[in-house]
Amino acid sequence: MIFKGLARIGWSTRVWLADIGHAARLFVRLLSFAPDCVRRFGLVRDQMHFLGNYSLAIISVSGLFVGFVLGLQGYYTLQRYGSASALGLLVALSLVRELGPVVSALLFAGRAGTSLTAEIGLMKAGEQLSAMEMMAIDPVRRILAPRFWAGVLVMPILAAVFSAVGILGGWVVGVLMIGVDSGSFWGQMQSGVDVWQDVGNGVIKSLVFGITVSFVALRQGFEAQPTPEGVARATTRTVVMASLSVLALDFVLTALMFSI
Amino acid sequence: MQRSNNDIWVGLLVLIGAAALLFLALQSANLLSLSFQKTYNVSAMFDNIGGLKKQAAVKSAGVVVGRVKDINFDGNSYQARVVMAIEVQHQFPKDSSLKILTSGLLGEQYIGIEAGAEEKVLAEGDKVQDTQSAVVLENLISKFLYNKAAEPAAPESK
Repeated sequence: MIFKGLARIGWSTRVWLADIGHAARLFVRLLSFAPDCVRRFGLVRDQMHFLGNYSLAIISVSGLFVGFVLGLQGYYTLQRYGSASALGLLVALSLVRELGPVVSALLFAGRAGTSLTAEIGLMKAGEQLSAMEMMAIDPVRRILAPRFWAGVLVMPILAAVFSAVGILGGWVVGVLMIGVDSGSFWGQMQSGVDVWQDVGNGVIKSLVFGITVSFVALRQGFEAQPTPEGVARATTRTVVMASLSVLALDFVLTALMFSI
Repeated sequence: MQRSNNDIWVGLLVLIGAAALLFLALQSANLLSLSFQKTYNVSAMFDNIGGLKKQAAVKSAGVVVGRVKDINFDGNSYQARVVMAIEVQHQFPKDSSLKILTSGLLGEQYIGIEAGAEEKVLAEGDKVQDTQSAVVLENLISKFLYNKAAEPAAPESK
């Protein structure tokens, strides 16, 4: 009995380790296909169109509403301390540093990551990937790498749009509706937000999240059981794993970037 | 590489992203106000810098004339050494005095320069002698209480 239990623990550890190794190898292969993706940029461009342009609507609408809410909530809290003039700073810093990269990565995982997983999972279930291998075409190079790099390139764009639209939303609520002074709204923001420290680190964050979400989505699709249930399970796992790793990574990155 | 309609849409997406970044950099972070003007460094020793930080403003008569470049601790005199970068077009007499001030009641701290009367002006590497430390609230309160305690008790009226 004890021996059997030990054997099971050993087996699951081996499976777990092999999983990590497999993922790392896939990641390195995706990275190494960067030159191929530059050479055949058409493939990446089509994926950018699919992942980016179609996500633009949900990203900008969400950004607008997050900005509205930040403007309202920020105003009510700041007003207690008589510093409603710092509203612009509050809205801009929270969007540029945290909410922009994180929320757009979560939305991206839901909007684009799932479709990547489902697409590749179904390709696998329909044996299209095996067919490609039969024709001596590497599916990682032809199918996965362009999607991966498209996701990585698109993510900072989406996060920047989210932050910019969010700041405009905060401005609409704070300045136009509530009546915070426009000059102090922008002035406090400009004196408090640093280009490299805040905007630059936000861009780095969104790049890291783009890598994370695209990689998780592609790997889940690529490793999915080639059955309808398998694809369904892989899609669910994409959302769960991508969201959790984005949030965990965000904590780590914030601790690294903004600790003085 | 064949051209397709997607090119246009992806180009548009990239443009929108660039516009958003530009907006963040210019409108919210005010990249343009970073001064690339030439500066000269002046240092000064303070007994206590309070909450002064790097990049804090150096103001004269309320106008920003420079930035705090570096703050470190001098182990010999047990004082804080503050290095300031002052824009070249602003010249101050050698006997100018520095004060650490606070903008508003709870605002951020900055250094105020009060011009002296000497003819020679500060130059690169000079050291300002006349400095006044930041006001630390705790010290102020304890001084106040100490003075209160030292006062003779009010004579009791009978």
